[in-house]
Amino acid sequence: MNMSGKKGVLLILVPFALLMTFFFLVPLIHMLMSSFSNSDGFTFEHYQEALSSSYILQGFKNSLALSVVSAFIALVVSLLGVYAMTNFSEPVREKLLILSNLTSNFSGVPLAFAFIVLLGNSGLFTLALDSFGWDLSFSLYSWSGLLLIYIYFQLPLSIMLLYPIYYGIQQQWKDAAALLGASPLMFWRKIGLPIILPGIAGTFTILFANAMGAYASAYALTGSNFNLAAIRIGSLISGDIFAQPELASAIAVLLGVIMIIGMLLSEWLIKKTRKDLSKR
Amino acid sequence: MAYQENEKGFVETMKKFTIVMLILIGIYLALPIFATALYAFSTEWNKTILPEGLTFEWIRTLFQDARFIEAFGRSVLLSGSAVFISILFIVPAIFVIVLYFPALEKWFQASVVMVYAFPGIILSVGIIRFYSGTSLPMILAVTGVYVISVLPFMYQGTRNSLRNVQGRQLMDAAELLGASKMDAFRKVLLPSVYPGLFVASLLSFSVLFGEFVLINLVVGSRFETVQIYLMAKLSTSGHIASAIVFVYIVLMGILTLVMATLTKKAKGMRHA
Repeated sequence: MNMSGKKGVLLILVPFALLMTFFFLVPLIHMLMSSFSNSDGFTFEHYQEALSSSYILQGFKNSLALSVVSAFIALVVSLLGVYAMTNFSEPVREKLLILSNLTSNFSGVPLAFAFIVLLGNSGLFTLALDSFGWDLSFSLYSWSGLLLIYIYFQLPLSIMLLYPIYYGIQQQWKDAAALLGASPLMFWRKIGLPIILPGIAGTFTILFANAMGAYASAYALTGSNFNLAAIRIGSLISGDIFAQPELASAIAVLLGVIMIIGMLLSEWLIKKTRKDLSKR
Repeated sequence: MAYQENEKGFVETMKKFTIVMLILIGIYLALPIFATALYAFSTEWNKTILPEGLTFEWIRTLFQDARFIEAFGRSVLLSGSAVFISILFIVPAIFVIVLYFPALEKWFQASVVMVYAFPGIILSVGIIRFYSGTSLPMILAVTGVYVISVLPFMYQGTRNSLRNVQGRQLMDAAELLGASKMDAFRKVLLPSVYPGLFVASLLSFSVLFGEFVLINLVVGSRFETVQIYLMAKLSTSGHIASAIVFVYIVLMGILTLVMATLTKKAKGMRHA
């Protein structure tokens, strides 16, 4: 290809670059700058305020706990589930994956509503248990209620991510190990698990980030009442009581830093898995 | 020998345990969907364990509600335009980078990861802070962010199909045979990556159709989408809300099945 042709092709990148700049980079940089500024100029006061407010810190703690616990439970459960799928033929496995994908779009406000139907104050289960005279003293509008919803939207994602990692383990490796006298348990302990471990860890960080950024389900369930980092940002920027956009920006930047650390970690771990899986 | 027998027993138990787990996952994922669907078709369901009767009334009321139809239209318009703009401007950029500037692909991937890493709640702060001082209507700002936020799906879909058909070699072969770059692209490359691209577009559409954070925080009820309409009905009418969720689930189900069928077809073509 001659030079002018290559330059012409390069023009195709211009609209993309403009969109990326104006609807992603510039707003985020602007947000970063506004988190460091007040009417007098540069300041750390919004970060000081965020990090010294026990209410905001509590929000971060709740978000972290909810994200870690929901990611962990979803990961363990779907690891067992994906392992169980080995008992089925490939067409059956693919159908199971489609069913799991069907539910992957079911999140946010619709999902919160579905759980209200099941477990809300006059939900299906709540009424059923009431009529048996049982009182579980469980509230959907609490941390454990949110946990159930978070596990729900983590499961399909976890299955989708773990399936290819798990099936990257080649049958030949199992056969070779068996020929050399290893039992299935030994294969998994000595060969299988070490190989897929980085992939599992990468999946965990993606699930963690997925939950950290979630907003809609908690908002639909409890409005701004349940204290999560994302909910704090939402109420500070939209001004349910009074808007403090600079403080919202500072919290958003802090959340963003957590996300970036998570994503870098998962990228690194996934690359490591790929390398290990392609080594024969 | 005894040890081995022991282990065999353990593996068997483990297998049963994981299958039970798989069934439990299935029940857990299906239960909220079935409960909502049942609620959408039930007459009275306040005291009894099962609904007292079945009815189409809620669904009918919903489809006679102009507010819902308009909200549905807005959702389709908003998500559809964002996907359309993305196909028009983002996908060609992905083509060019994957085919002709592989050295740039590293940077492109970095931006994909960045887009993936920043959830709507963070982007909405940036958008409100930056565009509230400008004359750009907020709904256009949201559309712009939507176009960018489907980048990961578009990139994944486009790149995978380009790799599968060996896009660069296909283009070069067509050009060698005398086709212009534009013709080679339109008549040779595009048809062969079309299924993958279509699946990526459907996926993007379904993700945007369910988006709530950005549209609610940045624009709010001034541009009522299905999600915002559902949020408003959540506290006022349980039956209507469940009818909305039922319609939403059916739509998502149809989209997922179309995607699965197309992906399978594309795979079949490759293996043949």
